[in-house]
Amino acid sequence: MRVCVVGCGAVGSLFAANLAQLEDVEVCAYDLDQAHVDAINAGGLRLSGAGEVVGRLSATADAGELPPCEFGIVATKAMHTESAIAATAHAFADGSVASVQNGIGNEEAIAGHVERVIRGTTFPAGRLVEPGHVQWDVKGDTTIGPFEPSPAPMAEIERLAEACTRAGLSTQAVADARGPQWCKLIFNAATNPVGALTGLTHGRVCEDPGLRALVSDLVDEGKAVAAAQGIELDTDPEELIDHAARPEVAYDHKASMLQDVEARRPTEIDYLNGGIVRFGGEHGVPAPLNEAILALVKGLEASW
Amino acid sequence: MSSPGIERVCVVGAGVIGSLFAGHLGRVCEVSVLCRREKHAAALNAEGLRVSGRHAFVARVRAATDPAELPEPELAIVATKTTELEQAASRLDGVWPGAAVMTVQNGLGAEAAFPGRRVLSAVTFMSGTRHSDTHVEYILDTETWLGPYGETPLELVEQVAALIASSGLKARPFRDLRPAQWSKLIFNATVNAVAALTGLPHDFHFAERGKPGDLGDLVFGLVEEGKRVAAAAGVELYEDPWDMNVHATRRGSRHYPSMLEDVEAHRPTEIEHINGALVREAAEADVQVPLHTALCALVRGRESSWL
Repeated sequence: MRVCVVGCGAVGSLFAANLAQLEDVEVCAYDLDQAHVDAINAGGLRLSGAGEVVGRLSATADAGELPPCEFGIVATKAMHTESAIAATAHAFADGSVASVQNGIGNEEAIAGHVERVIRGTTFPAGRLVEPGHVQWDVKGDTTIGPFEPSPAPMAEIERLAEACTRAGLSTQAVADARGPQWCKLIFNAATNPVGALTGLTHGRVCEDPGLRALVSDLVDEGKAVAAAQGIELDTDPEELIDHAARPEVAYDHKASMLQDVEARRPTEIDYLNGGIVRFGGEHGVPAPLNEAILALVKGLEASW
Repeated sequence: MSSPGIERVCVVGAGVIGSLFAGHLGRVCEVSVLCRREKHAAALNAEGLRVSGRHAFVARVRAATDPAELPEPELAIVATKTTELEQAASRLDGVWPGAAVMTVQNGLGAEAAFPGRRVLSAVTFMSGTRHSDTHVEYILDTETWLGPYGETPLELVEQVAALIASSGLKARPFRDLRPAQWSKLIFNATVNAVAALTGLPHDFHFAERGKPGDLGDLVFGLVEEGKRVAAAAGVELYEDPWDMNVHATRRGSRHYPSMLEDVEAHRPTEIEHINGALVREAAEADVQVPLHTALCALVRGRESSWL
């Protein structure tokens, strides 16, 4: 089968390089970073850290070059979903497209351009070290399921999950993927901006009693918004947060939002805390601390 | 106090505010400066203190790092940052028993560092930029407000206010400074911490309201929390801190609050003395302040990131 990774940053690279290890999977990647594309085509896509892998795949910054694919895995930053899927949709005329992105609203954007959409949530994380080379910081599970308003067939979802799992990225296909997605959303919204605003790694945020209390308050608001929509969280985000704080898991991980802030790039705050505030507003659930965090990070972006 | 006049003033801590006081007062009375660093004192003794900006002159001052080397003043203006207040207080412990002390620190509670003395509470809104140990630029010529603390007579406050005004700075005496002090506390707790976390100078973003995530909504919420604490503490505010915020953002100065400068220079901030003071007052009055609590935690976390 042929899989196209749309947005080959840290998370996209973890999927692309690992899937490229499988003999029955052909991987291509679409990314706008020409230096990264050139490096991948010249020497392969290298992962180091949690796993040492070099994936051989074809990369391009020109969406017109993409062949028809059975699967798309969209891994861009959330604010680029719309433009990325608009450019690549032709490759998925007969395929199914999964989002493995942060935040909420990505599947809606994808469904504006392709018919068969997969709601996805992934926990592996890393960072781009140099063109063609990604540091793999954190291993973790991926959950995929049909995007309810415009679903991919369950058999296809299972096929993709099987391939990812075989490639070393444990992936489950489920009928309702909203629970895991909101669980990760709440996790990210409660921890990423706190790391971004303080400059602290996940483990250090969790060691600071004042910050850990703030994280819990943010989690509680997110849980209330999920509950109001009838979404059942599959795991308590608090458990994920404490688990990730362990030295052998993600103690030293700098949240992607902190990486963005340090590089003065736009963050995904609108799709994380902004999403909680928006869905909260639609369901009559106030989320004042998430709104405060949203304002602070947007202020930070405005300062550049 | 029947007024024998104030002829000698010592400024303790010559940052921006201390330098502005020392330079200006040096034109109307004998001014000494108690410095923390030898090099700073030597430079002031050699070169005097240059004021530029709204006023331009060089004042002669006498500086030292040991109060024993300075003449006993009638008034000591303690203008250190709150983070250095205790150290300043211990250096004045037992010296100059007759001198009154004026505190101009942000936050609450600086006055209590000088037990047994006549103390004047003050808050200042003037601002400047310190270009070197001997050169300060006077930027915002806004007022300094002062009032009596404890048993300090109002006449002394009026006398000090008149002295400051005669030196070319703006000063206003108050019978009770707490309403003004609390207005400024709420203003600083809100604006300084938001600036420190966002990196934004105090500009139009702070007054922008309406869309989700607009910074002005957060600022408004922080001010509302502060007002509830003031009300519970029985303080009627002198000015609405939200109006102070809007007014300041319209002045167009894009002022860099000191807490933002501290964060950028990786120095300890005044968070404990400003937001911390407000959160402690809130706890005593049993008022919930989740936004200020969050800001406190975030700024403390930020400080710990460079330790």
